[in-house]
Amino acid sequence: MSVSAIVMMIVAIGVIWGGLVVSVIHAVRHP
Amino acid sequence: MDREQWGSRWGFVLAAVGSAIGLGNIWRFPYVAYKNGGGAFLIPYIFALLTTGLSFVALEFVIGKKYRGSAPLSYFRINRHMEFVGWWQFAISFVIMTYYAVILGWALSYIGFSSTLAWGKNTKDFLFNSYLNVLPNASVSNFGGVVWRALIPLLVVWLVTLAISFRGVKKGIEKVSKIAIPALVSLFLIFVIRAVTLPGSSLGLNAFFQPQWNQFLNPEIWKAAYSQIFYSLSLAMGIMITYSSYLPEKTDTTNNAFIAAFSNSGFELLAGFGIFAALGFMATNSGVAVKDLAAGGIGLAFVVLPQIINQLPFPQFFGVVFFVCLLIAGITSLISLVEVCVSAAIEKFGWSRHRSVMIIGGLATLVSVAYTTRGGMYLLDVVDNFVNGFGVLPSAVFEIVLILWAFHQMKPLMEEANRYSQIRLGNYFKISLGLITPVMLVVILISSLITNITTVYGGYPSNFVGLFGWGMVILMLVFAVLIPHMPWKCNTSLTQKEEEK
Repeated sequence: MSVSAIVMMIVAIGVIWGGLVVSVIHAVRHP
Repeated sequence: MDREQWGSRWGFVLAAVGSAIGLGNIWRFPYVAYKNGGGAFLIPYIFALLTTGLSFVALEFVIGKKYRGSAPLSYFRINRHMEFVGWWQFAISFVIMTYYAVILGWALSYIGFSSTLAWGKNTKDFLFNSYLNVLPNASVSNFGGVVWRALIPLLVVWLVTLAISFRGVKKGIEKVSKIAIPALVSLFLIFVIRAVTLPGSSLGLNAFFQPQWNQFLNPEIWKAAYSQIFYSLSLAMGIMITYSSYLPEKTDTTNNAFIAAFSNSGFELLAGFGIFAALGFMATNSGVAVKDLAAGGIGLAFVVLPQIINQLPFPQFFGVVFFVCLLIAGITSLISLVEVCVSAAIEKFGWSRHRSVMIIGGLATLVSVAYTTRGGMYLLDVVDNFVNGFGVLPSAVFEIVLILWAFHQMKPLMEEANRYSQIRLGNYFKISLGLITPVMLVVILISSLITNITTVYGGYPSNFVGLFGWGMVILMLVFAVLIPHMPWKCNTSLTQKEEEK
């Protein structure tokens, strides 16, 4: 894979899956 | 009678996620992203998720929780002149469920076909001729006969779906969602892990993520990104309002909205990995470029994927895994579409849940038989295009403009959401929902109008598109305008205690 493709993959994973993880953690801590 | 309620917060979240994750996540997103600039598409997509996606789901969750009714009743409680938007959304859900069930019937058949790889080498010929026996041309006067191979699985899908709806919110929808969503994610992970470990998978992933920056400022890409977020989250169909109307009062709707929206996009991204890794494997194996293999929609799921499955080790196993995933993703969405109509009918006509499920489910099953005829594929294509373009989009514009601008609900809804949430809705929410979202929706709607007025959709005969496309939209409009004239059989005002709050 090219460097720019890898960067875009990391950005997408970071924002989308990162956002999901943070939201779930928030829900667990504030039930 | 007390309103039904979810048994737990996670039961509701999983049901909402199940509704959002549907066929479009698996077969639409990967192709739309690839076609619209690959990695460069992901920037407007993320922007659309963070503006329209999160805000719109948060809006619908708080409307349902505050006004505690089906979509028509919730809108009626905001202002009686808004009731028609709820019936418009009822009509959208009804129309979509009639053809959605048919595609799930195909997925059910393909689970069986996977065990023997019955589709052979020419998967396109198998789908259109051997299985569906599709007529060569669309015609208003000739639909051919019913194809029994498509009808029987359709009836099975309806039987299962209506049995779940019959059992109600907690014992039916919630219970099934708690099993189905973890099962879907686990099975899909098996498919994705296998796909990304195949030789040549990086070729496909590179095609998927490689940013074409010259496309970045193309308005079409931004339009595609907003459309994808919008359709994928099942917005403006009454689903999220209906589901959140079963929430207990002290619920953090904003955080729930974030989980639902991010889960939906997270699954889409996973599908992008799986589909494009598999395409890369096939491109390497067959010496064909990824761009010549990439497809979306029915062509991807029932033509290209079976070709790829043929070349995998243990093809029968991965065939079953893929089509079971498609079926689960679809069933949880179909249940939510049924619930929009069932809950509205219970409140408007005073029917019991069982009666409502039987009447609405029976009607929907009857209509869906039309799609199992030899000309049904053409009908499905036209109805899908028009209900999305001229059903869902105007519904969203009406919902936002009337609620936020005409009836000034921005402040009370924000206060209601903020009462039980640590995530405060403020100016960001106001700008995203009150400005960016309606502007983007109107742009997409006008563009869709221009395309469909200047050209006959799909190259079908104009009387076919006129009757089943524009005709259906007019019928939906008449329905939405007439039904509000009938009296409600339930108590339309919130209880004294709720009004005081």
